Amino acid sequence: MKIPLFGRVALPLWFLLLSLCFGAATPAQRAEATYAITHAKIFTLAGSTIDDGTLVIKQGKIAAVGANAEVPAGAEVIDGKGLQVYPGLFDAVTQMGLSEISAVGATVDSSETGNFNPDVVAATAVLPSSEHIPVTRAAGITEVLAVPASGGFDSSGGRGIIGGQASALSLAGWTMEEMQIKRSVAMVLNWPTIQTRTFDFSTFTRKERPYSEAKQEYDKQVSELSDWIDRARHYAQATGHGGPSDFERDVKLEALAPVVRGQLPLLVFADRARDIRNAVEFCDKQKLKMILAGGEQAYKVKELLRSKGVPVILRPMLSLPPEEDDPYDSLLTQPAQLAEAGVKFAIGSFDNSFARRLGQNAANAVAHGLAYEQALKAVTLYPAQIFGLADQVGTLETGKIANVIVTNGDPLELTTDVKYLFIRGQLTSTDNKQKRLYEKYLNRPKP
Amino acid sequence: MNRLRLLVFAAFLLLGTTRTVAAPPDASPVIVIENATILTVTKGTIEHGSILIKDGKIAEVGPSVKAPKEATVIDADGKFVAPGIIDCHSHIAIEGGVNEGSISVSSIANIAEVLDSDDIDIYRDLAGGVTTANILHGSANSIGGQTIVIKLRWGQPASKLPFEGALPGIKFALGENPKRSNFSVPGQPRRYPATRMGVEETIRGAFTEARDYKNEWDAYNKKVAAGDKSALPPRRDLRLEPLVEVLEGKRYVHSHCYREDEILMLLRVAKEFGFKVRTVQHVLEGYKVADELAAAGVGASTFSDWWAYKVEAYDAIPYNAALMIRRGVVVSVNSDDAEEATHLNQEAAKAMKFGGLTHDEALKLVTINPAIQLGIDKRVGSIEVGKDADLVIYNHDPMSAYAVVQKTLVDGRVLFDRDKDIAGRAALEKERKDLLAKEKAAAKKPDEKSGARKPGSPQKPEEKPGEKAKPPSGDDAAASSGKGGAR
Repeated sequence: MKIPLFGRVALPLWFLLLSLCFGAATPAQRAEATYAITHAKIFTLAGSTIDDGTLVIKQGKIAAVGANAEVPAGAEVIDGKGLQVYPGLFDAVTQMGLSEISAVGATVDSSETGNFNPDVVAATAVLPSSEHIPVTRAAGITEVLAVPASGGFDSSGGRGIIGGQASALSLAGWTMEEMQIKRSVAMVLNWPTIQTRTFDFSTFTRKERPYSEAKQEYDKQVSELSDWIDRARHYAQATGHGGPSDFERDVKLEALAPVVRGQLPLLVFADRARDIRNAVEFCDKQKLKMILAGGEQAYKVKELLRSKGVPVILRPMLSLPPEEDDPYDSLLTQPAQLAEAGVKFAIGSFDNSFARRLGQNAANAVAHGLAYEQALKAVTLYPAQIFGLADQVGTLETGKIANVIVTNGDPLELTTDVKYLFIRGQLTSTDNKQKRLYEKYLNRPKP
Repeated sequence: MNRLRLLVFAAFLLLGTTRTVAAPPDASPVIVIENATILTVTKGTIEHGSILIKDGKIAEVGPSVKAPKEATVIDADGKFVAPGIIDCHSHIAIEGGVNEGSISVSSIANIAEVLDSDDIDIYRDLAGGVTTANILHGSANSIGGQTIVIKLRWGQPASKLPFEGALPGIKFALGENPKRSNFSVPGQPRRYPATRMGVEETIRGAFTEARDYKNEWDAYNKKVAAGDKSALPPRRDLRLEPLVEVLEGKRYVHSHCYREDEILMLLRVAKEFGFKVRTVQHVLEGYKVADELAAAGVGASTFSDWWAYKVEAYDAIPYNAALMIRRGVVVSVNSDDAEEATHLNQEAAKAMKFGGLTHDEALKLVTINPAIQLGIDKRVGSIEVGKDADLVIYNHDPMSAYAVVQKTLVDGRVLFDRDKDIAGRAALEKERKDLLAKEKAAAKKPDEKSGARKPGSPQKPEEKPGEKAKPPSGDDAAASSGKGGAR
């Protein structure tokens, strides 16, 4: 926090800020405190922007927002003059807390072994004290989906087919119970692909096999998947009707029951047009709720996605096109194309250590034709809507969880600083391991 | 490979350079860029300025220039012109693997011999404003292969890619990669070295041999100079020759490294043998020993914000570049990855947020600073009269995530033009479809006539060419699908 800002901050807050600066390990403080950010430009993302407004935070929730919102007695006031207020950013696919150092297997809990693990839940293995969490929230990201078997830097082995349940969490809290927004948000399905050429990272060699062999394996996997869904449906029906007393419990099928009942969406990882088509067709036939994740070539099947109402979590725009003769900017222009076609999408980092590039990716989509407001919503409101969490996060509206950022500029721009960070209504430090190392070595005496 | 040729060919058509490619260098066009915000890097910013380009060089820069009538005018009203980006750590344009990983001293291998001018990543990086790249061998060995600086002359044969006059280099690597911490080759015993101690001894051992070898040659040359006609030359050793060049200051050392201890180890060994380390690459803990790097005159080429992909990257901080700059180190920000290279301007800008560099200091991280590190700053890295006309035109300030490259010039030729690229896509797509249809038809014919399949004819029409699993551009075993690099 830069010195000039202190002048604008009310006295009690001054001390609080100091304590945050020096009490580095403290993720959040004083749940009961009431805050009022005054005279700020407020981007509610629900209706029009308030040029000079007040946002009140009370008991972890947004208590009031508006041009004339009243500052409650006893509230700690932050003068937001010259500052901008936004809902915190929402990273729609991460391995947050599931992986610390990707090359070190002992620190990685992102992918279970085996092809069908519907019963495993990300929230179980999220490490609240992961160093990635403070680094990520310093970039203005206040909530994420921790997604098992979602690749990223961390998955060097297989990711299986049904990878487990993704959990939504706020990026501050002493325990997962405090951080958790919703334990089970979506069921991960890594759509099988026909792969004739693969790269084995354990031996660093390429492997090739004939197409017929790859296709055979693909067909087998899809048929296994169908079988799982069928069995889950029968299981759900049987348990739904009481069932015989000697009914054998199956935790995996039980975990799939909300999926076949249409209560829990499938988060289907697929990138190529053919795979996306196959996955959409499968979910349509099986009457399963689908959210596409990845979608490198979603633009090639945008009409299908729109007509079936399948929303997309796009992987970073800052990725190379999958095919050599794709336009060089196909991933950068894709968000604009999808928006124009009426496909709903959010943006995810699909990573852990690169999560802080979320805003940068959204800005690059704007640079390639996406409307700014759409880009901002693709990292706030839209992921909340897609995952059914819009009643809790995504906009600055009364009653929502107070995951709020106060910045000195556009939160998607590279050089913008997050001046204040509220997570679950608590003023949360932007301090982190990297800042501490910086300050330590900045003060290293000359040898 | 047909597809690739088509692509290259089509790119020529697109850029309208079919003729100029074949023409001699002196026939390069006269171009004036007008009304631009010119970020010269070394001489401040010129608002509404112009640049005159002649013979591939910058002939004039200023508020106005004397343009000859025949000059092609590029109106850059509202746009920004910056020097072409120089990527100090790249693995593009390499045919096959980047690692000769079988041995711990692979100095015999030379990247210059496997340049691939058809690599689409050359075009993609050009579209991101990169004009010069330091093409490095991988990091599998304590002493790796020989390296070369190229210009991204898309459309030219491999023989035209090398940056004329730039000193060649050699890749060193310290830490987890050369000691193979994160992977093993099944069926093979562990390769020496397996510790940071062994890495030091591998380098020391190789340079001890190289020094003896150099002494043999020096003695021989002395004898010859003294008129001794019976002197026998020593047997040539292609592995040691590049190391002798290092000792003689004719070849730069670019060393992959992470941890503070190994950085200082290399500085000690270099001092012991009397050679200079030109750059330390990645150097994610460089901020811990910035004073030592500055004192040794070693350049540092780092990432913007990569971290935590392995133990030696766990103390990485995005303030690294800025902190080292403040301590007097010449610092560049590199890509190590064909995709990362497409937005190095944005990566440099992050040093404004993390560590408080000024706008121009940040821009230097990807222009003049890497030029200094590669010893090519008299030719490139800033917009000055007499320098190569390697320029990028952006629609916004390049220190912003909203900036998009509109045109990239190398040696005064427009090799990337966004408008033309977009305009040509429909024709390319049609040509691609026609060719695929033709190929399918050709594949069917022999079957119809004789029932026999022609050898070599496609048997798997459904297998799309793009389906190959491309390994990361670098060579780190820990690398995964996201960012691939030697890291």
